[in-house]
Amino acid sequence: MDVAEVDVAIVGAGGAGLRAAIAIAESDPSLSVALISKVYPMRSHTVAAEGGAAAVTQAHDTLEAHFHDTVAGGDWLCEQDVVEYFVGQAHQEMVQMEHWGCPWSRKPDGHANVRAFGGMKIERTWFAADKTGFHMLHTLFQTSIRYPSIRRFDEHFCVDLIVEAGRVQGLLAIEIASGGFRLIRARSVIIATGGAGRVFRENTNGGIVTGDGMALAYRHGVPLRDMEFVQYHPTCMPGTGLLFTEACRGEGGFLLNKDGYRYLQDYGLGPAEPTPRNKAMELGPRDRLSQAYWHEKRKGRTLSGPHGEVVHLDLRHLGEKRLRERLPQIYELAVQYLGVDPAAAPIPVLPAVHYTMGGISADGLTAAPLAGLYSAGECSSVGIHGANRLGSNSLTELLVFGRVAGMEAAAYARTVPHGAPTKIGALAEEARARALAILARPSGGERIATLRREMAQSMEDGCGIYRTAAAMQATCDKLAELQQRYRRVQIDDRSRVWNTEWLLAIELGFLLDVAQAIAHSALSRRESRGSHQRLDGFAERDDAHFLKHSLAFHDGDGPPRIAYGPVKITRSQPGTRAYGAAGEQADAERRAREDVHA
Amino acid sequence: MPEPKNIEICVLRYHPEHDPEPAWRSYQVPCTDDMSVLQGLQHIKDEIDGTLGFRWSCRMAICGSCGMMVNGKPRLSCQTFLRDLQPGPVRIEALAHLPIERDLIVDVGEFVNKLEAIKPYLIPREPRTLAEGEYLQTPAQLERFEQYTSCINCMLCYAACPEYGLNRDFIGPGVIALLHRYNADSRDGGQAQRQPILNAEEGVWSCMAVGYCSEVCPKQVDPANAVNQNKAVSARDYFLRFLAPKGAAP
Repeated sequence: MDVAEVDVAIVGAGGAGLRAAIAIAESDPSLSVALISKVYPMRSHTVAAEGGAAAVTQAHDTLEAHFHDTVAGGDWLCEQDVVEYFVGQAHQEMVQMEHWGCPWSRKPDGHANVRAFGGMKIERTWFAADKTGFHMLHTLFQTSIRYPSIRRFDEHFCVDLIVEAGRVQGLLAIEIASGGFRLIRARSVIIATGGAGRVFRENTNGGIVTGDGMALAYRHGVPLRDMEFVQYHPTCMPGTGLLFTEACRGEGGFLLNKDGYRYLQDYGLGPAEPTPRNKAMELGPRDRLSQAYWHEKRKGRTLSGPHGEVVHLDLRHLGEKRLRERLPQIYELAVQYLGVDPAAAPIPVLPAVHYTMGGISADGLTAAPLAGLYSAGECSSVGIHGANRLGSNSLTELLVFGRVAGMEAAAYARTVPHGAPTKIGALAEEARARALAILARPSGGERIATLRREMAQSMEDGCGIYRTAAAMQATCDKLAELQQRYRRVQIDDRSRVWNTEWLLAIELGFLLDVAQAIAHSALSRRESRGSHQRLDGFAERDDAHFLKHSLAFHDGDGPPRIAYGPVKITRSQPGTRAYGAAGEQADAERRAREDVHA
Repeated sequence: MPEPKNIEICVLRYHPEHDPEPAWRSYQVPCTDDMSVLQGLQHIKDEIDGTLGFRWSCRMAICGSCGMMVNGKPRLSCQTFLRDLQPGPVRIEALAHLPIERDLIVDVGEFVNKLEAIKPYLIPREPRTLAEGEYLQTPAQLERFEQYTSCINCMLCYAACPEYGLNRDFIGPGVIALLHRYNADSRDGGQAQRQPILNAEEGVWSCMAVGYCSEVCPKQVDPANAVNQNKAVSARDYFLRFLAPKGAAP
């Protein structure tokens, strides 16, 4: 088996992984970095992020305001000290990206421009047209080329972490082009593999978003935190789930039901005004907007389309010129994929799974409760999103916590030696044998696509926008059944060169583990908070019992064991989460309270 | 759900472990009006033949993974719809001019090596600390290079380029567009460092100005335009070298 030895190994080369790698290379060029990705870095799913990245920028904005928007947006399940650090670092990271060449959209005076985003009180979202993630990813990838200490392992598929003597000491990967194995020994490992949206049927995610890093850490005893919080993005393409960015609404788009009525005003988000008011109506948070769709559908006020019930995203009043300038990709997607000219007709949309708020349990400095292991980005639960992420906080998160993970993993790597090669080699051999066993399964078993489809449908049925115990239990039962059937999964392809079916089978194992963590965490949370909404007698938030992070622990062949951990509250006591006119009143009351205390 | 009708998809298959050369295989795929070529291939892989190899991810023409030849033309399979290819058969091959690793999967390494070689990162004209804030850049300055930032590295232009087909050392349209992107950025001062790459035999002068690269570009980057602009720059650079010694200001 081929062996490489480095100081820090990073699994995943999207925004967070690249930012981490650059942070290490810049701070200490003598440290060697392995950057491992199952795709070429520029294919990573960061590429698909559209709307922008949040950072307090304007003179009348404050870190305070970004903090409060984020914490209230997360329904108070955020780690408040971590949020405070995050908002404080955000602007510097945007400037750093600018210095690296990111083509941010500009104001006439040459400064970077900002746009409005859902749940954000003041415009603070930096953007590069409507391809912000694409530009950030390419900027980071291209910048990373400057640094000779970063050694890339492109198209290498990580099958397991190597944990020995109580700490992570590397990983085993398949070089996809040859099907050969490569052991990468490292003093510390950063997981930056992105989310797990593909556990759900209708989702905005790329095919590679299969929860790999979450499952890898989970199987080694690291809990997955707050996994029940899954974000439905309210404006997605029927059938495929492809995303129409929130910036459509930031730029002034409306959501209409079948009567042409801006229905959000019926769900505590009004008043409806002709131009967008921040934190109201179409600029409310994603969980509330997706929930409003669900109610409209129940009331029979949606439109029937070939792929289900839809509402309309109406951009016509913005005019073709502005749409082409600010939302060029959206324009193209609507025309090419739906045959809809958004300057002339409204776009049919529905909610689809977009983002996993939870992830690998991490402290405020990205460290997992396993020595030497760090995580950053969507795979990580560093604690800033709580029960509902605000749009444009996640791209910023990649940068802020990618950098932190890099610095921390580098610092740790300097303190520990490489472990004993024989022990690590033996563990790698075991992992290799497990991966190869899938290739040797007898034929006549289950098809990968069948299991994946049943899993994704079951997750949608049980862990969708609104949940009940009965439906969640049914999903938990289904997942247990699928785990059994997964043992008989068979593949047509027994070869080694570019065997993507083999990788799909391994990914399905990751997906099933993550799906179980989501479903069981959801079933155990007997309250409604943020994106986790229940209809079965737990419709209210219950701070007395559930102002807690859930922790899903891998438990052998059985379902996960669910435990709870404390939430760090510093400055913001849980309050009423209100938007629109009611939200403005609540904000004013909060400020008055704080003035009294100050 | 719309009622599916079948379409025939023929794929040029090749597996280096057991095929002496690529060979066509035909599949019958149920097809609805909103299905992309990629979805057709996914159907084959999921339901008919799990051994079919192709790259894909985002499904929305931004990750650049799924380039292939569709009826002889370089296309992103996610952005090409079966309804436009009726009644079929649809012929799918790996991107032209690039070595096939397996089935529809080509070697990307050569392209990435070229991309890395041109210093595709900002070499600041005037270094600036973070505390000094962002560089100012007006919308007009941004517009001078913005279209060249849109390249998704899908390599369709390499499959379209007749010169690249003859000479794989040519750095090619996509990478020249990226080089131009940095040279044209008001913040960048790295042009002199990148110029030798353009001037070399494998640089802009290899281009035969066919322009098919721009025609197939799914992101309207117009690499042919970047190449042409740099032919002018390279020519000027060539003549200036007779007038001024190296290192002297032109």
